[in-house]
Amino acid sequence: MEKKWEELSSDEKQEVLFQRWLSPPGIEFASPEAEKLYKERATRIKDAIQLKKLPDRVPVFLIPSFAPAFYAGMTPQEVMYDFDKVNMAWKKFYMDLQPDAHGGAVVPGPGRFFDILDFKLYKWPGHGMVAEHTYQCVEGEYMKADEYDALIQDPSNFFRSVYQPRIFGALEPFKKLAPLPDLAEMYGEAGSFVPYGLPDVQAAFKALLEAGSEALKWAGYMGAFGKEITELGFPAYQCAATKAPFDILGDTLRGTKGIMLDMYRQPDKLLQALDVITPLMIKIGVSATQGAGNPLVFIPLHKGADGFLSDKQFKTFYWPTLRKVLMGLIEEGVVPFCWAEGGFNSRLEVIRDLPKGKTAWLFDQIDIAKAKKMLGDIACIGGTMPIAMLTVGTPQQVKDHVKKCIDTAGKGGGYIMANGAFFDRVKWENLKAMVDFTKEYGVYK
Amino acid sequence: MENSDLVTALADLKEEEALKIVEEKLSAGEEPLKILEDVRRAMEIVGNRFANSEYFISDLLYSGEILKTITDMIKPKLAKAAKVKRLGKVVMGSVAGDIHDIGKNIVVFMLDVNGFEVYDLGVDVPAQKFVEKIKETGAPIVGLSGFLALAFDSMKQTIQAIKDAGLRDKVKVMIGGGQITEEIRKYTGADAYGKDAIAGVSLAKKWVGAE
Repeated sequence: MEKKWEELSSDEKQEVLFQRWLSPPGIEFASPEAEKLYKERATRIKDAIQLKKLPDRVPVFLIPSFAPAFYAGMTPQEVMYDFDKVNMAWKKFYMDLQPDAHGGAVVPGPGRFFDILDFKLYKWPGHGMVAEHTYQCVEGEYMKADEYDALIQDPSNFFRSVYQPRIFGALEPFKKLAPLPDLAEMYGEAGSFVPYGLPDVQAAFKALLEAGSEALKWAGYMGAFGKEITELGFPAYQCAATKAPFDILGDTLRGTKGIMLDMYRQPDKLLQALDVITPLMIKIGVSATQGAGNPLVFIPLHKGADGFLSDKQFKTFYWPTLRKVLMGLIEEGVVPFCWAEGGFNSRLEVIRDLPKGKTAWLFDQIDIAKAKKMLGDIACIGGTMPIAMLTVGTPQQVKDHVKKCIDTAGKGGGYIMANGAFFDRVKWENLKAMVDFTKEYGVYK
Repeated sequence: MENSDLVTALADLKEEEALKIVEEKLSAGEEPLKILEDVRRAMEIVGNRFANSEYFISDLLYSGEILKTITDMIKPKLAKAAKVKRLGKVVMGSVAGDIHDIGKNIVVFMLDVNGFEVYDLGVDVPAQKFVEKIKETGAPIVGLSGFLALAFDSMKQTIQAIKDAGLRDKVKVMIGGGQITEEIRKYTGADAYGKDAIAGVSLAKKWVGAE
């Protein structure tokens, strides 16, 4: 009899998810060649990650920001507001360049959704940015220094009634809503529902409904894109994203400065809050993989990069809860796919404390020989193609870099060639050289 | 000269202790300028520790925060602004289309504690604004910051605008940011790039002949 999910070991769970990814249900491949390509690519990535079998060659990923839009001659603004154009541009990008995996077409997001909700957290084309530029986060303290207790005691209520009213102008009236755990069980207790009757709260709900419709429409397009690109032979290198708890607090709750000061002024509160956020981040990743049948969950890493924190701060505030998130995901068969932008050289010794063959780490500015030496026996590594080189370098320089990476870090498998950070407008012949040359030079004999 | 208690406390980021000493000194009627001199020396130590990788971005942000509190305490007692000898003027900003400022702020901070007078234009600064500030201040050094890859082009355009205004041979331009390399320096036409804030300070010192 087949074992129930709960009875499986983490190894078995990972294998089940990988097998579902290798033979995705509901997918009708465009051609026998597309199916063959898909299976070869997915197997290649699986082998690179698991460190059990030598892959047939080094997999190559392109992880773009708005590059597909620029590649198709469109502006970021166009693709944020026209979902047909997004799908067209992203399909063209992957079809023309033929990397080993796709990352969906989610980067532009639904522009109108952000318009409706009056999103304050970002500037984007038409809202503080020109059409040709990409959206950018506006640093700030969207959670105040004295609000840790509110977050710790009732995180959902904090996000709904404090955080969202600050980041979405249209949802500002939600700060009037009462906490959900009330005394609704007692007959006659309708008091906590009074805010729902207020005209401004009702207007906020109307905006929310409209935004929801827009999100649903967008999700339909994204689903269609995912299906089509898969049927054309590309496995997805991510099915969802989650984050390090320290980055959740440091990126857009307390902000960079806020969280740095908290490490000195209220370290205990900060540690408590990180603990509260940890299971929430595990849940986001696990539920997404269960739904998608894809084990890979993308984790962008920010404030743990070289230079931001001291070694002691990294070990005290950043790593323990990130490790808990990684282990929580691994236990459920998920493969955390960590994207360490910036430098990560000083963190290698700390992060190697992980089980073998369960994670992938893509680096930006790293001593790749050292990374291979420190992590090669426990994790798949990769990345490092500099954005500067892709932007102003030559195909020959790109090939030399690919060769250097494969020579130093490709040995024995466990390596993925990829760009080191998100990219927008680069020289397309450089991307082509990166993909084609990896396919040529990265073959394991 | 041995460091005073205030210099040590502030350089070691002992916030409460440092604030208490300042308060005591002020109520004892100590000359505010003398306190400020201690503060300046402490921040110099902070800068040196950052340069030696003993301090990190977290420490810099924290020291800046303590510094702000102390300055606010002292300001009302200051008869007139302290005259400090400055090494030279620098115009700084994140280039057009880029609103990131953590890196830029660190460079501003480090230049300041190293004795430069910095005109910080903020983020998403149009090329023309750099040109105007250079004209207005006569600053011989310009720092362009950018985190995004799209900033490469903005940097190039800003330097072109400086050239078009006939100012290119009057200023040295340095660029910096997460993805900046020597290739990008060539692409933008800048005189130099700094891998980090420390490199930025060295460049500025070299250019004013202070090193």
